[in-house]
Amino acid sequence: MPDSLRICTFLLGDRTFALPVAEVREVVKDLETTPVPLAPGSVLGLVHLRGQIATVVDLRRRLDLPPRDPQEPHVNVVVQGADGLVCLPVDDVGDVIDVPSSAVERPPDTLRPAVRELVRSICKLHDELVLLLDTARAVDPSP
Amino acid sequence: MADEVISEFLAEASEILDVLERDLVAVDTGELDPPDVVAGTFRAFHTLKGTSGFLGFEHLGGVAHAGEDLLCAIREGSVQWTRPVTDVLLQVLDALRAIMAEAARTEKDGDNGYPALVAALRSLASPAAAAAAEPAGKPASAAPPAPPPEAPPAPPPAPPLAEEPPRPSFRPTAPPPTLVRPSTPRPPPPAPAPPAAAERAAPPSASPAPSEHVAAAPEKSRSPPPEAHGESGEGAGTLRVPVPVLDRLMSLVGELVLARNQLICQEATREDARLGATTQRIHQLTTGLQEAVMKARMQPIDNVFSRLPRVARDTAQACGKQVRLALQGNETELDKTLLEAIKDPLTHLVRNSVDHGIERAEARLAAGKPAEGTVTVRAFQDGGQVIVEIEDDGGGVNVAKVRAKAVSLGLVGQEEAERLSERETIELVFRPGFSTADAVSQISGRGVGMDVVRTNVERIGGSVEMVSTAGRGSVCRIRVPLTLLIVPALIVASGGERYAVPQANLVELVRVAAERESQMVVDVHGSLVLRLRGTLLPLLDLGKVLGTGSAARAADGALSVVVLGAEGRQFGFLVDEVADTEEIVVKALGRRLQALGAFSGATVRGDGRVALVLDVAGIARRSGLLAEADARAAASAQATRAAAKKPYLILRGRDDGRLAIPLSAVARIEEIAPERVERVGGAEAVQYRGSVLPLVRVAQALTERRKRPRAPEARPEEKLQVVVQEWAGREVGLVVESILDVAEEDVTVDPTRARPGVAGCAVIQGRITEVLDTAALLQAQMGPTQELLRA
Repeated sequence: MPDSLRICTFLLGDRTFALPVAEVREVVKDLETTPVPLAPGSVLGLVHLRGQIATVVDLRRRLDLPPRDPQEPHVNVVVQGADGLVCLPVDDVGDVIDVPSSAVERPPDTLRPAVRELVRSICKLHDELVLLLDTARAVDPSP
Repeated sequence: MADEVISEFLAEASEILDVLERDLVAVDTGELDPPDVVAGTFRAFHTLKGTSGFLGFEHLGGVAHAGEDLLCAIREGSVQWTRPVTDVLLQVLDALRAIMAEAARTEKDGDNGYPALVAALRSLASPAAAAAAEPAGKPASAAPPAPPPEAPPAPPPAPPLAEEPPRPSFRPTAPPPTLVRPSTPRPPPPAPAPPAAAERAAPPSASPAPSEHVAAAPEKSRSPPPEAHGESGEGAGTLRVPVPVLDRLMSLVGELVLARNQLICQEATREDARLGATTQRIHQLTTGLQEAVMKARMQPIDNVFSRLPRVARDTAQACGKQVRLALQGNETELDKTLLEAIKDPLTHLVRNSVDHGIERAEARLAAGKPAEGTVTVRAFQDGGQVIVEIEDDGGGVNVAKVRAKAVSLGLVGQEEAERLSERETIELVFRPGFSTADAVSQISGRGVGMDVVRTNVERIGGSVEMVSTAGRGSVCRIRVPLTLLIVPALIVASGGERYAVPQANLVELVRVAAERESQMVVDVHGSLVLRLRGTLLPLLDLGKVLGTGSAARAADGALSVVVLGAEGRQFGFLVDEVADTEEIVVKALGRRLQALGAFSGATVRGDGRVALVLDVAGIARRSGLLAEADARAAASAQATRAAAKKPYLILRGRDDGRLAIPLSAVARIEEIAPERVERVGGAEAVQYRGSVLPLVRVAQALTERRKRPRAPEARPEEKLQVVVQEWAGREVGLVVESILDVAEEDVTVDPTRARPGVAGCAVIQGRITEVLDTAALLQAQMGPTQELLRA
């Protein structure tokens, strides 16, 4: 279906975000993280993923959201970044949805610039609006 | 024409040319006689010509044909093999390579027929050439008269080409990035490989000598790796394997090692004898597999060495010197990736030795040395490392010249340059933008040399250092790990996390017991120094550097210090705890994390957690211990005069003033009982380490500004604080009042406040401090003393 986009939604706090399904490698449960001293604040550390090492990037920090309550359970969305595997801790993973291109729009100009930078487009679903992230930018562990 | 056919031809041709080049240079140096190589060279050109014709490479065929004609004339005795013949034949090789490079890109052989070269070949071959050229046109029938069977094993310099009539095709072998492993048992002892079979599989390198048993992966050709060729491996016991397959194998073994480590870790928590036995078995198998795969990736260093004779010859010719190149340890083996990585540095260093190291013949004779200089390149294995030394018997590094050059290039300031020790001065050579040649020569001296050499070698976890003796020559020593992926490492704890330190950086482990701490660790104003057997080592608290808190003590209050070396310097890391050593599989970090300059990678430990691998040189650089980083940045910006932080030893002066000596000038600090001081003439000296150490009392040497000293002279029962430093090739002790501190600061010395023995004033640790010019001070004091000691 060329005129639709398959996305995977996930929750950060009470907001719904999404990544293109094609760019999500897998979803794994909590992993033991080794912190990286001196690294930018958005790098939570490194995890071991079946023989490979992934960088854990804090999406909340990238998106200017309040930090996660460490007691709350969470899962990790694993994507292939330009620079190796990246693990994105999220509160929960939602659904895989086919969004018709007609429902995909440019992100509104009212978004804060820091957030807008990471958002590729906005998807209008019947009951909510989902911010579709630009994978490459979202996983870039710059401060 | 299928490009695969072309790329295979190019790969094989490239191998043929490599062997030819080695032979030709060997003739030039007298290691081989022309008759040894005439037949082989003739057939090589002939094969190239034939296949070129078949593939429609007209120019390639033309040049090869002209070369063949010349060889034919030599073989028939109508032309003598002289130096010009070698020269022109080497040019033929260059031309053929150039055409082949063109063919690799375009599948055509370009439009350069090298008419001048062909004419030169013909004129050398004439007058007989005209007659000889004709029959050479259809030599397929004129089977080359088999050359006298070459003396087989010993150093078989001219690997015979396959003893079959040349045919206008080629053997489908040798895709470029391929390793050939002989099936014969490996460590090099000249196991007689089945020669006939080997020849069929890999004609140009079919010698049974271990140093030549691997076909050099041709470096020029860039064709894609074709699939493995079943037919080429048949019967020979040798198989060509594309490198990507080996890479994949290696990375799988890496995974297996990790899984094995985890299994062992989990097994330890269960009480199951059968599980234990199985785990043990898997452990052994994994280790065996790891070794086998690593060996499969190893190649003799000869693959890189083989191109050095030509490099040395060309360089020597270009700068008009007589140089002999001696190669030792050709059979030493190294991981293929590492071998590739040291190829350029090694070439550069040999070129450097010939160009800068070896003197001209007249100068050598005047110095009582043979007119012909020798550059020795030797490789050997030392523990988990391979060491390659490039030694020349030239004039050594001219320290004064290097200093002057560094000052004129703005790499160091004048005063700083004068205070540099010999070792530090030689280190300047590794700074970017440094070039020693008086005039920038064509060969080296382009100023992109030694720093690139060092960067490249360090990138693969190695190191480069240079030692030089004036008048006797220099040695440049490259150390590289045997293999990259799996390295032995020491696991240390800091800030609650575990880190891996590559064993290659490790010098020793030191435990500083609580009661000895005040003597061994000097800590003032945050700069730590470890006193170890009389030497001073800068000490870093790893936790502080990484921002995870300062080092914890063991239960008994002891401190753990890991003494490490990088870039020719030693320093200590203070850690919480030293765990054990472990074989780790190093995985690359993302670019951003790598850019922190503190970690060279990460590894997965037995418990499944990730541990970071410390980049020892990077951390030292971050902390200002290795000034190179600052200097590199500075030099590239052409901005500052290397205002790197430098550590100073801070002393209390006689009149309570503060004095500083650059720590780099200090060899050791000693405490000497006053009764040991003896008088020689008017001077003081002590017996020290088996020789006489002259003493100079700084307080007396400095012309005091005050009329009367405020502080009394050291009480006679007190031990003397002696700063040992090197001066004019010997050690001298400076007796100081007391040592206050070591400060590491960006110091600007104000020379207007200079006085005899003092370079000037500077603000160090926020206080005005006189920076001693120990060289001048010693010169003034020691001139007369030295006479006395000599008498």
